[in-house]
Amino acid sequence: MGMTITEKILAAHAGKDKVQPGENVWVDVDVLMTHDVCGPGTIGIFKEQFGNNAKVFDREKIVIIPDHYIFTEDKHANRNIDILREFVSEQNLPYYYDVGTENYKGVCHLALAQEGHNRPGEVLFGTDSHTCTSGAFGMFSTGIGNTDAAFILGTGKLWVKVPESMQFNFTGEFPDYIMAKDIILQVIGDIGVDGATYRTMEWTGEAVMDFSMEERMTLCNMAIEGGGKNAIIEADDVTFDYVKKRTDKPYTVYKSDSDANYYLKKTYDASSMEPVVAKPHSPDNKALAKECRDVKINRSYIGSCTGGKYTDFLAAAELLSGKKVAVDTFIVPATTEVLKDLERETLEGKTLMEIFKDAGCEIGDASCAACLGGPQDTFGRTHGTEVVVSTTNRNFPGRMGSKQSEVYLASPYTAAASALTGHITDPREMLN
Amino acid sequence: MQNLYLHWLANFLTKYYFYRYLKKNMKQIIEGKAYVLGNDIDTDQIIPAEHLVYSLSDPEEKKNYGKFALSGVPADGAGLPDGNNAFINGGKFESEFAIIVGGKNFGCGSSREHAPACLEIAGIQAIVAESYARIFYRNSVDGGFFIPFETPDKLAEETRTGDKLIIDVEKESLTNETTGKSYTLNSLGEVIEIIRAGNIFEYARQSGLIPSDKT
Repeated sequence: MGMTITEKILAAHAGKDKVQPGENVWVDVDVLMTHDVCGPGTIGIFKEQFGNNAKVFDREKIVIIPDHYIFTEDKHANRNIDILREFVSEQNLPYYYDVGTENYKGVCHLALAQEGHNRPGEVLFGTDSHTCTSGAFGMFSTGIGNTDAAFILGTGKLWVKVPESMQFNFTGEFPDYIMAKDIILQVIGDIGVDGATYRTMEWTGEAVMDFSMEERMTLCNMAIEGGGKNAIIEADDVTFDYVKKRTDKPYTVYKSDSDANYYLKKTYDASSMEPVVAKPHSPDNKALAKECRDVKINRSYIGSCTGGKYTDFLAAAELLSGKKVAVDTFIVPATTEVLKDLERETLEGKTLMEIFKDAGCEIGDASCAACLGGPQDTFGRTHGTEVVVSTTNRNFPGRMGSKQSEVYLASPYTAAASALTGHITDPREMLN
Repeated sequence: MQNLYLHWLANFLTKYYFYRYLKKNMKQIIEGKAYVLGNDIDTDQIIPAEHLVYSLSDPEEKKNYGKFALSGVPADGAGLPDGNNAFINGGKFESEFAIIVGGKNFGCGSSREHAPACLEIAGIQAIVAESYARIFYRNSVDGGFFIPFETPDKLAEETRTGDKLIIDVEKESLTNETTGKSYTLNSLGEVIEIIRAGNIFEYARQSGLIPSDKT
């Protein structure tokens, strides 16, 4: 019996020839990522357990990316950044992307990719559930809590139960109006918010491999909303090109064997996919966008690790170019690199930034912003009974701030189309 | 040779006394009032993100987590079956409830360890749910916050908030003293070793994966 990519990576990092789903193994960690929300707690446990003078297991393997509560007056949040700074200086850590400096990046999952910390075949843990995003690079990546992260800081190891794999295969070609967000919402709607619990979501098929790295990241990003432990896409030339521009560190490419064992194999005809949304208050509450025409919205939000990448804004700009939005529309680039793209890249003679400003959108600074509510003064946060169409990843009660607000998760195309009409709109109505 | 023997003896005695200590300290019976919740209770409901700013190391500041524990649960789902039951009464940081009874996929969403931490700070000693989201379960065990039991029964539908529950950890059973019904809980399986040890660090120390003394 062969092995899947995930099984091969875990076996290699556990020093074994073979591992089986269900088996507990201790793996060597290539990268540990933490941020401003969980970093201080992680550092506290590390010091408590390993001593005040303890050193991290390998300073080259720790990446600290403040991104959650950045542009706020909240004194506790700002104190937490100071804790990160002090630890970075004490441990002399090379990969810290400090707030208020040229080095500041923004949302950790995209920053990891853009700064060359995602490399095929590696094992990456992060104190954030959307760490599964990095699986787009053919690597094992998953979210953990402060305790596990502190354990890694001290030892460079962590125990993992080898997950069973589920394969989602898309044959043929996706229509132009379909984005990766539609696909992940479709699949989560099919399997439910706990349909992949403890398991790997492996994405395959020519339609998936036609996706850019950004779209592949969207696909892997929301595996956690299906309960998944990790998501993974085999690395190919698209991956190698992206990685080559960002790091010269060597890496290993793993492929699933044809006789590998899967818990489930599901094949979809890519050409039959339609724009979908997840209605309040669960990411698996799937409906076709065209069925939600009666839902009036008063906010559109385009941003986050899920929907705040360059390709997401390019899609939104296609629809917003030369038009005016009908509702408050918030544009939040995930990282400072995306912000630069918006200021540089053009469509019909205008930069994307000009298109958004001319359309009447409000532009925020690169960070997680209102995706998870956050402090009261967070850009785009809900405070009342707002009905929001959003390119973010979760719509549980209160996720974007107010327990009374309602969030519809959608692709950037659908969010932009809806911003123009004031109700949930299938982007085909605008693209044709 | 003598050195080797002394080393072995020291190791043996450490472990012997450590296990005795554990047996004495690991609570065998957990009892208290139940707080009942539904399916898919996510981490934003357990501790809304705006509160994730407090220190978990400062004993006074961390009480805020208890104060806001489960504050994101919509009123109609707070303390089932009736709802509108506050988990924490105004201004306090400890709850009158000791055991949470939940449905499927408890703790889904974010990886924030503030979620199990806030429940422990509020005084929760055990959760009994149909199933858990993976990271929440792992955090509960590795961080040693409380025991996350699973039940094959629809306990959330058969328990009312305020019922008095008794859990026998060793026997893996639960009795609802209010209704008089008893239930068998799922076996904790291999994670019982980490739960017995206290947390992942103590487990690793006992297994020799990291040095047994804190430096």
